[in-house]
Amino acid sequence: MSLVLVGTSHRLAPVEVRERIALDLEGAADLARRLADGGEAVCLSTCNRTEIYIAHSDPKQAEGRAGAALAEGEIELYRLRDEAAALHLFRVAAGLDSHVPGEGEILGQVREAYEAGSCGPMLDRLFRQALHAGKKVRTETAIGESPASISSAAAALAQQVFGDLDACRVLLIGAGEVSELTARSLAARGASIAAVTSRTKGRAEELAGRFGGRAIPFDQISEELARADVVVSSTSAPGYVLVADRIPDRKGRPLFVIDLAVPRDVEPAVAELDACYLYDIDDLQAVVSESLSGRWREAARAESIVAHEAGKFHDWQASLDVVPAIASLRERAESIRSGELAKAEGRLEGLSESERRTVESLTTQIVNKLLHVPIVRLKEAAATEGVGYVEVARHLFGLGEEERAAQDRKPRQ
Amino acid sequence: MAELLFWPALLAYGEAAVAYAGDARHPGSMGRLATWGVRVGWLVQTALLIAQAARADGFPWDTWAGSLNLFVWLVVGAYLIWGCRPRFRLLGLVVMPLAALLLAVSYAAGGVAASGKSGYSTLFLVLHVGLLLAGFAGLTLAAALAGLYLWQERQLKRRSASLLRFRAPSLVTLDSLVARTVAFSLPVLTLGMAAGFARLRHGSELDPLIGLTVFTWAVYGAFLVLRFGVGWRGRRGAYVVIGGFALLIALQLSLQTGHFA
Repeated sequence: MSLVLVGTSHRLAPVEVRERIALDLEGAADLARRLADGGEAVCLSTCNRTEIYIAHSDPKQAEGRAGAALAEGEIELYRLRDEAAALHLFRVAAGLDSHVPGEGEILGQVREAYEAGSCGPMLDRLFRQALHAGKKVRTETAIGESPASISSAAAALAQQVFGDLDACRVLLIGAGEVSELTARSLAARGASIAAVTSRTKGRAEELAGRFGGRAIPFDQISEELARADVVVSSTSAPGYVLVADRIPDRKGRPLFVIDLAVPRDVEPAVAELDACYLYDIDDLQAVVSESLSGRWREAARAESIVAHEAGKFHDWQASLDVVPAIASLRERAESIRSGELAKAEGRLEGLSESERRTVESLTTQIVNKLLHVPIVRLKEAAATEGVGYVEVARHLFGLGEEERAAQDRKPRQ
Repeated sequence: MAELLFWPALLAYGEAAVAYAGDARHPGSMGRLATWGVRVGWLVQTALLIAQAARADGFPWDTWAGSLNLFVWLVVGAYLIWGCRPRFRLLGLVVMPLAALLLAVSYAAGGVAASGKSGYSTLFLVLHVGLLLAGFAGLTLAAALAGLYLWQERQLKRRSASLLRFRAPSLVTLDSLVARTVAFSLPVLTLGMAAGFARLRHGSELDPLIGLTVFTWAVYGAFLVLRFGVGWRGRRGAYVVIGGFALLIALQLSLQTGHFA
């Protein structure tokens, strides 16, 4: 049984190509069922990739069918087999093949694809191990911890000030798209969007309603500033909207101010106030750049975890080939042993029951001892040398020859 | 026996200090190694203290060097309450090199060796020295937390891009922990001081060390009043706690002058 991967991703195909072959979960499940054809198949389709994994005894044929299903000839595809295919899936699950390394969504998408796929022993093992590798990378490295966008950097910094954001009140100044994105990031971490103020009253009301806050006129923000923990400002005003004089004494209670506007909305002197922390768009961009470089640093550690897990899968896959050979070897040795004992039956007639048991035990021990080293070496070599070694062992011990001879005789009968 | 246990304890604390430094450079890489160094070192030092107690005729840590040994054990024990959590690993960068250094100083000054019989009763020494050192240990930890607060506050003020790399506790968490640690340690210190005062005879002179202890107590008391009464938070409170710690160091050094002589 071989593992085959055929697919394309953001590294090979632009979005206008990827969207042509993208599938929803139901479509992916249906395609996997059609392609399994007596084997196993899983189709992983996300916004960045569409990949088909097939486990089949005829890899060439499986590759052809998967290629045809993905409109081969019209789009560029990659094809990987066995160890390389497994390593690829492990890297995908760990977020190492994503636009932003360590991106968290992919692990859930791999799980959904696995659950919707037509899995047998090989793909079941492959996907479970890939999910395990993905989780391990996220728990043992910091690859997914740092923010990858301006809005998530703002929310992460707010958490660095307040810890738990559940009790945090947020004041939004400006109700544009940028404000909304940041508000969403903060709300996702538990903060409550208490008030929204904007030049356009309708827009402020709409945004406040969406987050369960209230819209307030701009001249009333002083009252809200006294109670707020986080202020997000993103207006198109030409001058400062928030000046240091407007911020009341907070007795050491922190205030985190996020200025996303260009030109800036918040007077730089705000940063000089006690317990006031001001980040503008450049500061946040610097945090994102730093965290992305941190993710790349962590990616190197993640690669070694993934390689280790892929190695474990490779060993398991190799053991699949060696297990039948070992079973045949034991079977053959046992049949020789019992055959020779049967031949000597006449000469052993005079033995007592206990002497017979001794002979049985002795011959079994000789066979086991003779086979022990070859079996251990076969298992080791299967993992390192591959299937070829197993074939050599079959040839040397004449394993499966009788079955093949019997099959050859069948047509003549 | 006690001397034999000193070296593995020092080695484990040293390993933890180095691992914390490595973890600060590459966060997440050596954190576990550091935490295990602290745990193992503390357990070995516990065995060392038990061996000292078993061998001693009375309270074994009544000398300056002996009290330093006990003090290190108490500080590391208090740190272990939080130190195992990944977000508090930065604190280990301050606590563990200090612990390793003080343990080495204690050894060099004979704090691991057997002590002679003291003129004071064991119960008095356990209450007075033990409680004072436990209070000092808590306040030392509070100072380390306050230091971490000030470092992070400065990073936020400077808008440092690498702040998130260190995965430190949040400012509000640190501020609250500093206050809670002082609120817990000051009553312990007060009880230790009360035990000392109870033994003072009528007409006996107050030595400068007692005066310094009372002043230190007043500084921490003022901190608690300002923090919980007036609502002082953040940087100002952290400075007061670190100022109080400077007085604690002076107190520890003054013990050498023969307070129990």
